[in-house]
Amino acid sequence: MTGLAKMADQEEITLSVQGLRKVIGKREIIKGLDFELKRGEVFGFLGPNGAGKTTTIRMLVGLIKPTAGTIRICGYDLHRQFPEATGSMGCIVENPELYTYLSGWGNLQYFARMMPGINEDRMDEVVRLVGLSTRIHDKVKTYSLGMRQRLGIAQALLGRPKLLILDEPTNGLDPSGIREMREFIRYLAEHEGLTVLVSSHLLSEIQLMCDRVAIISKGSVIRVDTVDNLLSQQEKVSWRLTPLAKGELLLRELAGSAEVKGDKVLTPYNELEIGRWNQALVESGVTVTEMSRRLPSLEDLFLELTGGESID
Amino acid sequence: MINLVYNEMVKITGKRRLVVVTLIIAILISLFTYAQFQQAAENRKRFGDVDWRTALEQRIAGWESRLANGSGRGDEGELEMRIAQQRYYLDRNINPSEPGAPTFVRGFVENGITLLLPLMMMIVAADLVSSEHSSGTIKVLLTRSVRRWRILLSKYLALMLSVSIIITLFGVLSTVISGLVFGFQGWDAPVLTGFTVTGGELDTSGVRSLPQWQFILMELGLAWFVSLVVATITFMLSVLVRTTAAVMGIMLACLIAGTILREMVESWETAKYLFMVNLELIDYLQDADPPIAGMSLGFSLLVLLVWGIGALIVSFVSFTRRDVY
Repeated sequence: MTGLAKMADQEEITLSVQGLRKVIGKREIIKGLDFELKRGEVFGFLGPNGAGKTTTIRMLVGLIKPTAGTIRICGYDLHRQFPEATGSMGCIVENPELYTYLSGWGNLQYFARMMPGINEDRMDEVVRLVGLSTRIHDKVKTYSLGMRQRLGIAQALLGRPKLLILDEPTNGLDPSGIREMREFIRYLAEHEGLTVLVSSHLLSEIQLMCDRVAIISKGSVIRVDTVDNLLSQQEKVSWRLTPLAKGELLLRELAGSAEVKGDKVLTPYNELEIGRWNQALVESGVTVTEMSRRLPSLEDLFLELTGGESID
Repeated sequence: MINLVYNEMVKITGKRRLVVVTLIIAILISLFTYAQFQQAAENRKRFGDVDWRTALEQRIAGWESRLANGSGRGDEGELEMRIAQQRYYLDRNINPSEPGAPTFVRGFVENGITLLLPLMMMIVAADLVSSEHSSGTIKVLLTRSVRRWRILLSKYLALMLSVSIIITLFGVLSTVISGLVFGFQGWDAPVLTGFTVTGGELDTSGVRSLPQWQFILMELGLAWFVSLVVATITFMLSVLVRTTAAVMGIMLACLIAGTILREMVESWETAKYLFMVNLELIDYLQDADPPIAGMSLGFSLLVLLVWGIGALIVSFVSFTRRDVY
């Protein structure tokens, strides 16, 4: 998609969540979520287990009724206009659970019968898109997890949705499968203009695949921002110095802060100053053997934002 | 909606449920046909090739002697009633058990209605909803652009269809298999129905004679109704309980409790409002003596209907409101 087209599409909101709350018994599981997803973006939903990711996703797809708040999918209210709203959405919640005693094709036929206007051509199209053509007529129980995942995606795409909701899409896949899935999700967003909502507790995954991220912890969204923005604030430079102690002391003076991590010193990244710091180090007799920009993982970020709450 | 029901039928047949039920029924029918054939052969060997009247007279004499020496053990009333009934047949020169496939079918439906047919319905109904929960497919099913009540209705319609198919299969298979052994004659043999009891005496004023085929159709109709109610209650359990094994267990316990309770209910009158005590509908057509005073065909039909409707309401309310985790 060209830049211009992308800009025009950014006006289109495919999912809007307002004041979403869920109370079970006396416990408030979800404490008022607000966010919006735009057309053609991959949105990451990130949080530790028990943060309320799954509950939220299940509310978004209509499996759980929210206690309060509204969910609009392509403008349709999920509660009041359920058929229209879910008609514009495709989803896989947790593992792709399908009817194992039917063939892959049988499953697609089954789903096609539940939506209007899906013919065999569309079914062929999604089968080709997920690359299952050779095995589609075998029983699903003979499929590997990766193949089931693909069939799950085929099923989700069958109704030409505008919004795709994937709960832990890379769970249980092998590294090549994870890579494939990632590329496929990027492809859907960039070339088919789909909005994709991906939840994960794997920070590296979200980092590689998403445009924007919502970080959620204990039932609230702590932060919504683009991945780039979040990362650039945390960008650091790592120095390998001899002698280490002297170098650290000097850098602390120059950069304002420095911390020793292993045999390296970390300082904030400052594009304009960094050359001068290097020069100062060399002039005072410290040898700089390595100097590299270090993009922090979302993990670091997460720990910082949630104040050390563990991921798993 | 037709598409949704079609989908449900695809799942029922995909799981080979109807095939299993058909096989069980076919095997059981073959077994009973063989057993009855053996018994007939044995009788012929022991008593010679006697006229049915002589055989019936012998049977009545047997009951009378049991009554006389007091070995009826509390069943005196029922025995007396049965003797009076058989005498009525004898007086009108009607053979109550004309040999042939129709008689076999009549007896088989009569015996199958309390346990065998409900069990078959259980096989189909027990995992209709609960299996979607245990396999996780409930999540793909409920995220379609179809409202939940329509999904459940399609499941229920598919269940009704399956019940009808099974009852039809039951009738057809028992006719064909037993007919191959006993012959297909006897469709027009008269069957007497409408005996009542007034003041401890058999009242024959309402007795009517029906051709056997008509009686069998009535039986199958009642069997269909009983099966549908049992299937509906199983369906409700399948919605409420998420594991198929638990559904099966609860339902099995109810049905077996029913057969035991029917023997003991005379002293516990309110038990007549339990559905499992009211499954023996066919008995009302032939027998005069209800298990509990005040029970009649109409009463039992009503009790079953109320249970069925109640189960449906509970199913729909629970299914459409429940959060799915």
